[in-house]
Amino acid sequence: MITVTDLRKVYQQGDRTVVALDGVSLHVEAGQIHGIIGHSGAGKSTLVRCLTLLDRPTSGSVAVNNKELANVSDTDLRTARRRIGMVFQHANLMDSRTTAQNVAFPLELIGTPKSTINEKVSALLELVGLTNFADAYPSQLSGGQRQRVGIARALSSDPDVLLCDEPTSALDPKTTDEILALIKSVRDRLNLTVLIITHEMNVVKQACDSVSLLEAGRIVEHGDIEKVVANPAGRLSQALLPMPGDLPAQLPAGTVLDLLYSGASAAEPIISSISRTFNLDVNVLAGSVENLGEHQFAHLRIQLPEGSDINAITAHLIANGVAVTLKEAK
Amino acid sequence: MDFFNDLMTNPGITKAMWPAFLETLQMVGISGLFTVVVGLPLGILLLNTAKGGLTPNRGLNVLLSGIIVNITRSIPFAILMVSLIPLASALVGTSLGPIAASVSLTIGTIPFFARLVETALRDVSAGKIDAALVMGSTRMQVVRKVLVPEAMPGIIAATTTTLVTLIGYSAMAGLVGGGGLGRLAYNYGFQRYDATIMIVTIVIIVLLVQIVQVLGDWFARLVDHR
Repeated sequence: MITVTDLRKVYQQGDRTVVALDGVSLHVEAGQIHGIIGHSGAGKSTLVRCLTLLDRPTSGSVAVNNKELANVSDTDLRTARRRIGMVFQHANLMDSRTTAQNVAFPLELIGTPKSTINEKVSALLELVGLTNFADAYPSQLSGGQRQRVGIARALSSDPDVLLCDEPTSALDPKTTDEILALIKSVRDRLNLTVLIITHEMNVVKQACDSVSLLEAGRIVEHGDIEKVVANPAGRLSQALLPMPGDLPAQLPAGTVLDLLYSGASAAEPIISSISRTFNLDVNVLAGSVENLGEHQFAHLRIQLPEGSDINAITAHLIANGVAVTLKEAK
Repeated sequence: MDFFNDLMTNPGITKAMWPAFLETLQMVGISGLFTVVVGLPLGILLLNTAKGGLTPNRGLNVLLSGIIVNITRSIPFAILMVSLIPLASALVGTSLGPIAASVSLTIGTIPFFARLVETALRDVSAGKIDAALVMGSTRMQVVRKVLVPEAMPGIIAATTTTLVTLIGYSAMAGLVGGGGLGRLAYNYGFQRYDATIMIVTIVIIVLLVQIVQVLGDWFARLVDHR
C-alpha cells in the first residue's frame, strides 16, 4: 500500500516560481492498480520524480506500508528507494548488459551472492516469459520484450510498490495489451500495489481499479473506476466513455438524452423497455459500451420523438438506475 | 634499383630504424597508459562535477575544466613540450630519451583524452542513470556499473584517437631529445637529405597508425551492444 500526503513541489525557473505539484494526496491499497492520468504539463513527470525520490518534494510525505520514504536521510534514501520498483517508458535498460544481467542489476548493487542472483533472475524471467532471451542484449529485443525485462528488473528487489511511468506509451496497441496483462498478472501473483502514470485513457480502461485525474499539479477527480464512470458530469467519465461532441446538423425534431448506466442495469434492455412502456420509437444516435473494472458500462445518446413525455420517461430511467442528461430539447 | 639497394644497406635503416621504432613504441606505450589512467577519472570528474552531474561542484569544475584542461589544451604542443623539460628532468632525472619525453607527452594528452571521455560519458542517457539511482545505486555504483560500461565503445574510440595523436606527438617529442622515429626522420631525412629514410619512416608511422586504428575499431565493435 502507498499513501501520498499533500505532496508539494515548487521550484524556481529564473524569476518565476513554478508550482509543479500543488498538494497531491493519494492512497492505494495493496493489490490495487491505480492510474494517474493527466495531459503533458499536468505534473506527471514531477510526481514520478518525487515518488521515486529522484527529486525531493518541497513538502508532504510518501509512505509505503506506513514507512516514510520522502523525509529520510541521504543514507537511508537508497534503502527507501528499493521499496518502489520502477518501470520506465523507454525501459532504460543497460545496453552493455544481457537480459539476465539487467534483471540482476538491483541485486548486484546490494551484494547478493551469485547463486541467489541466478535463481532469482531465472524465476523472474520465467514470470515475464523471457526465459529463452536470458543472454540476448536489449538491442536484440523488441520494444515489448524490453519492457518485460524492465518489469522483471523492477521486481527483482522485491518492492512493495510497482511504479509504472508511461509503461506502454512507446508500444503498439497489441504489445500494450500484453504489457498491461503482464502487469495485472504480476499484481495478482505478488499482491503488489501498482501505480500507473499515463496519458492514455485506454490504459486506465484496461488495467486500473481506481484512477486519479491530475491537472495543474492537483488531483481534481479520483476514485474507483466504477464510481468515477457513474458520474456523467465528471471529466473522467466523459473521457472513459466518450460521446461525439456535436449533434448531427440535420437532426429531426425531438429530444436528445444522454444515458449512462452501469453494472446490473447495463444488462437490462433499457431502450426496448422505454419503447414498450411509453409506446414510442427510440433512435440511438451514438454510444459506447465498455467493460470497466468488474462491470459493464453503457453510455448512449438517444433521441425521442416530438411530443414524448420527457418527465415520465426520465423518471422511469432514473428508477432503473440510469443517469440521464438532457442534451437538446426541440 | 638504387632505392631498393639503399633500403637493404643504408645503416640508417639496418641499424638505427629498429631501436628508433622501439623508442616510439615506448613513448606511445608509456604516455598512452598514463593518459588513460589519469584521463579516465579526470573525464568522469569533468562530467559529474558539472551542472546536472552526479555531484555538481562548481568550484572543482571550474578548476578542472576551465583552468587545467582548457589552459593545457590551448598551449600548442610544441611549446608545452619544451616548457615541460624541467619537469621531466625533475621527475625522471634526465631530459633526454623516450621516458623523459613521455612526461610531457602524457601531460599534453591527458586533457585531450579527458575531454573525449567526458563527451563519451555524456552520451549515456539520463534515463539509464535515473534507473540506476531508483534501483538504489550509490554514485560510485552509477559510475562503475552504468556510466563507464555503457560508454565503453566511446571510451575505446577515444583511446584509439588519443593513441593516434600520441604517435604524431611522439615524432615531435623526438626532436627535443625524445628519440624515436621522429628523431630518425629529422636527423637523417631532413638534415642529411636522405630521402629513403624519410620515406621508410613515413611508411612505418602510417602503418602503425593504421594498425592502432583497425585494432581500436575492432575492439570498440566487440564491446558495442547498442
